[in-house]
Amino acid sequence: MAEKKQLRIATRNSGFIDPENIDSYIAVGGYLGLAKCISEMTPEQVIEEMKNSGLRGRGGAGFPTGVKWGFAAKYQSDTKYVVCNADEGDPGAFMDRAVLEGDPHSVLEAMAIGAYAIGGNKGTIYIRAEYPLAIERLKIAIAQAEEKGLLGANILGSDFSFDLDIKYGAGAFVCGEETALIASMEGSRGEPYTKPPFPAEAGYWDKPTIVNNVETLSIIPAILVKGADWFNKIGSETSKGTKVFALAGKIKNVGLVEVPMGITLQEVIMEVGGGCPGGKKFKAVQTGGPSGGALTYKDLDAPIDYENLIARNSMMGSGGMIVMDEDDCMVAVAKFFLDFTMEETCGKCTPCRIGSKRIYETLDRITMGQGTQEDIEKLKSLSVNIKDTALCGLGQTMPNPVLSTMRVFEDEYTAHVVDKKCPAGVCSDLLEFTVVADKCVGCTLCAKVCPVDCISGAAKEVHVIDQAACIKCGACLDKCKFDAIIKQ
Amino acid sequence: MSMLNITIDGKATQVPAGSKIIDACQQLDINVPTLCYLNLDVMKYNNMAASCRVCVVEVEGRRNLAPACATPIMDGMVVKTNTLRVLLARKTVLELLLSDHPKDCLVCSKSGDCELQDLAEDFGIREVGFTGAMSTYRQDVSPSIIRDMDKCVMCRRCETMCNDIQSCGVLSGVNRGFEAVVAPAFEMNLEDSVCTNCGQCTQVCPVGALVENDHTWKVIDALADPEKVTVVQTAPAVRAAIGEACGMEPGQSFTGKMAAALRHLGFDHVFDTDWAADLTIMEEGSEFLDRLQKFLDGDKNVKLPIMTSCCPGWVKFFEHQFPDMLDVPSTAKSPQQMFGAIAKNYYADLLGIPREKMVVVSVMPCLAKKYEAARPEFAVDGNPDVDIVISSRELGRLIKTMNIDFASLPEEDFDNPLGYSTGAAPIFGNSGGVMEAALRTAYELATGETLPAVEFEAVRALTGIKTADIQVGPHTLKVGVASGLGNARELLDKVRSGEEQFHVIEIMACPGGCIGGGGQPYHHGDMEILKKRNEVLYKEDEGKPERKSHENPYIVEIYEKYLGKPLSEKAHHLLHTHYFKRQQL
Repeated sequence: MAEKKQLRIATRNSGFIDPENIDSYIAVGGYLGLAKCISEMTPEQVIEEMKNSGLRGRGGAGFPTGVKWGFAAKYQSDTKYVVCNADEGDPGAFMDRAVLEGDPHSVLEAMAIGAYAIGGNKGTIYIRAEYPLAIERLKIAIAQAEEKGLLGANILGSDFSFDLDIKYGAGAFVCGEETALIASMEGSRGEPYTKPPFPAEAGYWDKPTIVNNVETLSIIPAILVKGADWFNKIGSETSKGTKVFALAGKIKNVGLVEVPMGITLQEVIMEVGGGCPGGKKFKAVQTGGPSGGALTYKDLDAPIDYENLIARNSMMGSGGMIVMDEDDCMVAVAKFFLDFTMEETCGKCTPCRIGSKRIYETLDRITMGQGTQEDIEKLKSLSVNIKDTALCGLGQTMPNPVLSTMRVFEDEYTAHVVDKKCPAGVCSDLLEFTVVADKCVGCTLCAKVCPVDCISGAAKEVHVIDQAACIKCGACLDKCKFDAIIKQ
Repeated sequence: MSMLNITIDGKATQVPAGSKIIDACQQLDINVPTLCYLNLDVMKYNNMAASCRVCVVEVEGRRNLAPACATPIMDGMVVKTNTLRVLLARKTVLELLLSDHPKDCLVCSKSGDCELQDLAEDFGIREVGFTGAMSTYRQDVSPSIIRDMDKCVMCRRCETMCNDIQSCGVLSGVNRGFEAVVAPAFEMNLEDSVCTNCGQCTQVCPVGALVENDHTWKVIDALADPEKVTVVQTAPAVRAAIGEACGMEPGQSFTGKMAAALRHLGFDHVFDTDWAADLTIMEEGSEFLDRLQKFLDGDKNVKLPIMTSCCPGWVKFFEHQFPDMLDVPSTAKSPQQMFGAIAKNYYADLLGIPREKMVVVSVMPCLAKKYEAARPEFAVDGNPDVDIVISSRELGRLIKTMNIDFASLPEEDFDNPLGYSTGAAPIFGNSGGVMEAALRTAYELATGETLPAVEFEAVRALTGIKTADIQVGPHTLKVGVASGLGNARELLDKVRSGEEQFHVIEIMACPGGCIGGGGQPYHHGDMEILKKRNEVLYKEDEGKPERKSHENPYIVEIYEKYLGKPLSEKAHHLLHTHYFKRQQL
């Protein structure tokens, strides 16, 4: 049974409670974590509890949350900020949206806990404007929490005060990077700046700031209520707890799943996800969003945690999983993701601005059959150098789709440049549609459907495709009832 | 201050906390190539975009390479600057930059002064390993500046200058991805924006993306036209720098050689803006004393402080940014425009030629002067008082084009009557110089006594904002001096809010004054050059027989023969102007 593999912590309330009613959240133990912090724990103890839990950031890099909070707590300042990064931008990923729409109070509660821990007093949720329902529910939640004295001045009658507001992102992918997000919040161009100093030291308006992702935050109240030890027992050696993944692409069960860290790819894709539809062979899965990398059929037994994914030239990222089957060309896949990052880089640093363009152009040449062996070598060295020199996380991970697909599928690259063939039959410039003489009955359907009239042959005679005129649309292949046309 | 230990390429040193890796490298004489990084201490300008990634170094224990320019030093840091990994990374970054940069170096106006060209040369790049799409943008030509963003390397130096130092906010990053570029808002033309034409962006641009609108050939055409009488004037700051554009060391006065070069080029009359600077002091100084007297007499219609109006960048700045204060600056025209008005009226009459036959050429340390000369109020029936303005850099180019060996030229004098000046004139090129020159004359005109010491040290430093109390007879004058438009804004905001009161304020748009002008030979980040130019002008002042503008015999003469007295009707007509309210975005 697939459900058994799943364990819901971040999404524990989504779908079970009324997200527009704070009492519904309180009824399932909501705000108990915050109450416990304020009444029973010192800020140091909260940070210690977070460190002990082993929780790591779910936004991508996996930095230990407790350590991050500890840094921010260390710096003295009249104002400290807690920022919720709700600028979810990976194509096909929507776990943050699910949490915000289904359980907004868990995020507010966690932000208040974070503020208490670091000695902060102000918070901002930076959310993409394309999430209107999530914004609406957050607004309701904030108003209700303020009314109940769970946000605002003197929370639960204590000396602790915490104000929250919402800022909208305008849809730039790079604004999910924390320094770019802060620049955007300050009204500047959404562009990262070089770290250190880290936001924990000098972030929003140069004040100590912690930036936590939605999913990370949603887990925190549960940890405070059930204890670090409970959370610590879930997951793998280095990665504790659960992770929400958004399954998409060539997979039967499309949607969100939450599974314990350390689960194998086999379990997630084949068991929870149900494998590829149509009996097709699983080929690879892109994890970590567009700047993550492809894990392949060879990685199926790999436990999913931060270190294992990085070791395979991918990363956890925010949890997107785009599944590919035998019909997908890995060069085209890499090109697809580079197309995205090339458009979404802010353009600040040289390796990302120009490097992404050059990688894309090289991949484009290869998929058109104009690539050379030298291109493949250049792609490798360029990718390595971009990772080594780019300014922010986006640029440093942008070449991952190239490096990770090359790791296992270099033969596909070679086939494109040496044999001028696309083994998966995707890259149309490298395809040839031909008529199999034995099977063709001369029904003329293919000639009739051909939009460029490049198929000739009399009725009841074997037809011939004029390769020079063929635009490789595949209409003939679809039309032929006798499997007499092949694509290769 | 606590000190941190760092080892770079095996050499250990200590640096103050807060230092960057590049500071320690400089301390150890280890050269790290840079492109976007620029630190101009005199101006408090520090561009740390860390965007070019040319200065990356290896830091022990760090996963990726670190930009030396922006990475703070941690105690015990171990850095390597020349490993194979570092060199390959830098070479890749450079080749990427070159792959999106026009290869028209031979015909680029920045050739020989281009930092990207230097880097490519240093790295011995003979082939660019990447090919692909190139950025293409519409060229933006303003009266002063040409923006050719095809050449932009996104170093953001111009943006830092325009925003942080000049507080104009014209240039900033726009677009994403490969199309990201620095531009005015809404892709506006510079000419239609609040750009003051100060040209400081061209001083810091490492490549040829921002350069002056070159008018060198207009001068050559005029010189070659037998129908025209050519008159040239040279601004004070040009003489402190023009030799640098001709391969000579900074820190010398090039006045005599410059006069010789201009004569060699074929100008019929080699005059000097310094003469007009003395004239400016007569008008501006008198206007100040007039306003001060009325103010002391209780006239409520009189506005103080009076502010200088010599600098066209500053004039356009307050027209955009302080439109409520248009009646505060002096109405006196700038020396360039005073010279033009006198040349085209008084001097053309003297020669017996119509003004249309005369071509007045200015050589300026400034790019805003090109814009100023083109302002419609400075023309008579479409004929401008100043026809062509070239910058110091363009004069340097002109000298080379005309095959003149500048270094071996003899020292010559300017022609008279519009070429003789006092020591009060050359210091116009330094921040505080106009103030000092005005004080020398105002003091003597107001008190009728001889000034005991002509040097006003309080306004001489190269700092951005200077204030002083100066005793003039029974009055204590509060004076303020600002250079750099950000500093000007700071000072003006205080005046507007009433936080500080001044009697007189001098403002120059460029940090350090005209010696650091947008049209001067490139300083390439070496602020010692500015200090040397500054000293040259003060020395020039010391060496003059007269050091107060009202003692200039040719100034005395023109008032006797032509203008009457300062602020006379004729003087008002020729030597004063008015200002316009301009849009704020």
